[in-house]
Amino acid sequence: MRKKTENEPLLTLDKDHLLSVVFEGDITHFNSEDFLRRFRETAPAARLIELTDNGIQEWDSSLVAVLYEIIRYAQENKIKCSYKSLPKNLRDLIRLAFADDRKPTHGGTDYSFLESIGKATIDLCKTVNSVLSFLGQTLASVGRFFSGRSVMRGVDFCSALEDCGPKAIAIVALISFLVGLILAFVGAIQLQTFGAQIYVASLVTIGMCRIMGAIMVGIIMAGRTGSSYAATIGTMQVNEELDALQTMGMSRVDFLVLPRIFALILAMPILTMLADIMGMIGGAAVGVFMLDLPYEEYLDYSLRAFTLKNFLVGIFHGFCFGIIIALCGCYSGLTCGRNADSVGVATTHSVVNAIVWMIVVTGIITVVCLELGI
Amino acid sequence: MKKTVKIDVKDLTVGYGSYVLLHDAEYQVNQGDVFIIMGGSGCGKSSMLRVLTGLIPPLRGEVIIDGVDIARASTEEVQRIREKSGILYQSGALFSSMTLAENIMLPLQQYSDYSPATIRELASLKLALVGLTGFDDFYPSEISGGMKKRAGLARALALDPDIVYFDEPSAGLDPISSRNLDDLILEINQSLGTTIVVVTHELASIFAIANNSIFLDAETKTILARGDPKELLKNPPNEAVYKFLTRGEKK
Ligand SMILES: Nc1ncnc2c1ncn2[C@@H]1O[C@H](COP(=O)(O)OP(=O)(O)OP(=O)(O)O)[C@@H](O)[C@H]1O
Ligand SMILES: [Mg+2]
Repeated sequence: MRKKTENEPLLTLDKDHLLSVVFEGDITHFNSEDFLRRFRETAPAARLIELTDNGIQEWDSSLVAVLYEIIRYAQENKIKCSYKSLPKNLRDLIRLAFADDRKPTHGGTDYSFLESIGKATIDLCKTVNSVLSFLGQTLASVGRFFSGRSVMRGVDFCSALEDCGPKAIAIVALISFLVGLILAFVGAIQLQTFGAQIYVASLVTIGMCRIMGAIMVGIIMAGRTGSSYAATIGTMQVNEELDALQTMGMSRVDFLVLPRIFALILAMPILTMLADIMGMIGGAAVGVFMLDLPYEEYLDYSLRAFTLKNFLVGIFHGFCFGIIIALCGCYSGLTCGRNADSVGVATTHSVVNAIVWMIVVTGIITVVCLELGI
Repeated sequence: MKKTVKIDVKDLTVGYGSYVLLHDAEYQVNQGDVFIIMGGSGCGKSSMLRVLTGLIPPLRGEVIIDGVDIARASTEEVQRIREKSGILYQSGALFSSMTLAENIMLPLQQYSDYSPATIRELASLKLALVGLTGFDDFYPSEISGGMKKRAGLARALALDPDIVYFDEPSAGLDPISSRNLDDLILEINQSLGTTIVVVTHELASIFAIANNSIFLDAETKTILARGDPKELLKNPPNEAVYKFLTRGEKK
């Protein structure tokens, strides 16, 4: 640890209301908290503050900070303060710190409680407005694509597809295998109590195909691909690339959003299928190796539980999640601020928003399916 | 000979929301001028450029380019003006997922009907013009900051624009590269007759290239001076301009 200075400045208030602060010796790494508290207790009684140099040897910014605090206090409370006897370089630093050309011209406003409610409401309306206009632009862009007037580049689509397809297979396979394993495990403990462990097969099949496969893929892809969309597009904002696109008269949505949405829409259903299969294999591993169920019987029960209806509902989830992830990622990127910091914020938002909306949409689909009896 | 007016700015207020950076701005940029927008940090130079290029709308007033008020023009008219203007951003703003040649080919593919082979040749030519011969297949991340700027300029020149805008072209460049870029700007201006609008506070390049300018002031939020910077230095209209042009000397 750094050594604390022994030379606390001397603080005395005489009967003429003269507060004198005397500095001497080495004043480095000076923890000024106590000293400044004492100063603020004494100072209100003073009419004049005098800062005296009684042989300052070594000093560093901690001393300058103390001087700065004292002089600012004096200025704010209209107490006269003299520091002519301080060494010249110290005085220069103080003059620099008080130079009047470094006041912020705007910003940093404090809002009262009511004002901040009003501001939050206005911000919310603005956000809703910008989300709606983004959705509108995207729809228009899809329309342009199908009428052959879009400026989407095939290369961009291919590289987006490569990123969210082949490169995602390994992680999706691993995670869904494990989820299948866990589902079977948890189910088995319950089902074993009344000797129905063979129904683990049905449980895993229905669970994975209908919903779990799609949700797992959705969460993985939101974290993996959605966030990378937000980061890539956000970085383009920081580099003024988005400005360049706009001033070149090219639609950002055509150019950046469309290939990414199409890639995810194509990849998600396929990844969901993969997740279904891997989950069932994971379940089978538990069934066959832990519960010692005969392999043929397990397969038989699995196939009996498998229905095209459930499978298609799962795939449909995957399709919707693809749209949601791509939209959330691209929207966060396009509305990213102009510094490096905001790229991080945009990335976080894209993942959180995508997951929230996926859950909401799952709820909606579930209710609709229930009503329709699917 | 009377020059034709390329950009006509009338009663312009620049700002964001309720925060006004500049008001009552009036100036003209003539065809073939090298026009400088100068002023201290944070006085709204880049914002002014954003208004001129239609990235943000003016809070009030008009920006008329080639007789069209860009804030109120139809999408097609704005598009036509954009095809005729090039912009060099402060960081170059090259698309990082494309090679230099692809960056330059992009506007050509969008807005011209040249054959792919011709487009490739044109891209090579533009790169050669800015001194980047043979860098066609490099990615932006593989070249230096100064080279990025030159590549950005090559892209800005892709469609043979009437106006090229520059945002702080010399920021982050060493004196020699900065000088070379100035020479390049003059070269383009003289050989192609391109109108040039430059935002900068680099004195050396202001005196080297400008033949007209405006000086923006953050305190009064107005245009404090206008004209050829060399004339302004000889007969400074006020203290602030003199200080700026002499790096802070007192009158
Ligand atoms: N998007 C924005 N929203 C609100 N205020 C902004 C925005 N962009 C810039 N500003 C503010 O506008 C002011 C001027 O910014 P601008 O970038 O135009 O300055 P500048 O003259 O280009 O400065 P510099 O020479 O440092 O580049 C700054 O005070 C900045 O805080
Ligand atoms: Mg700027």
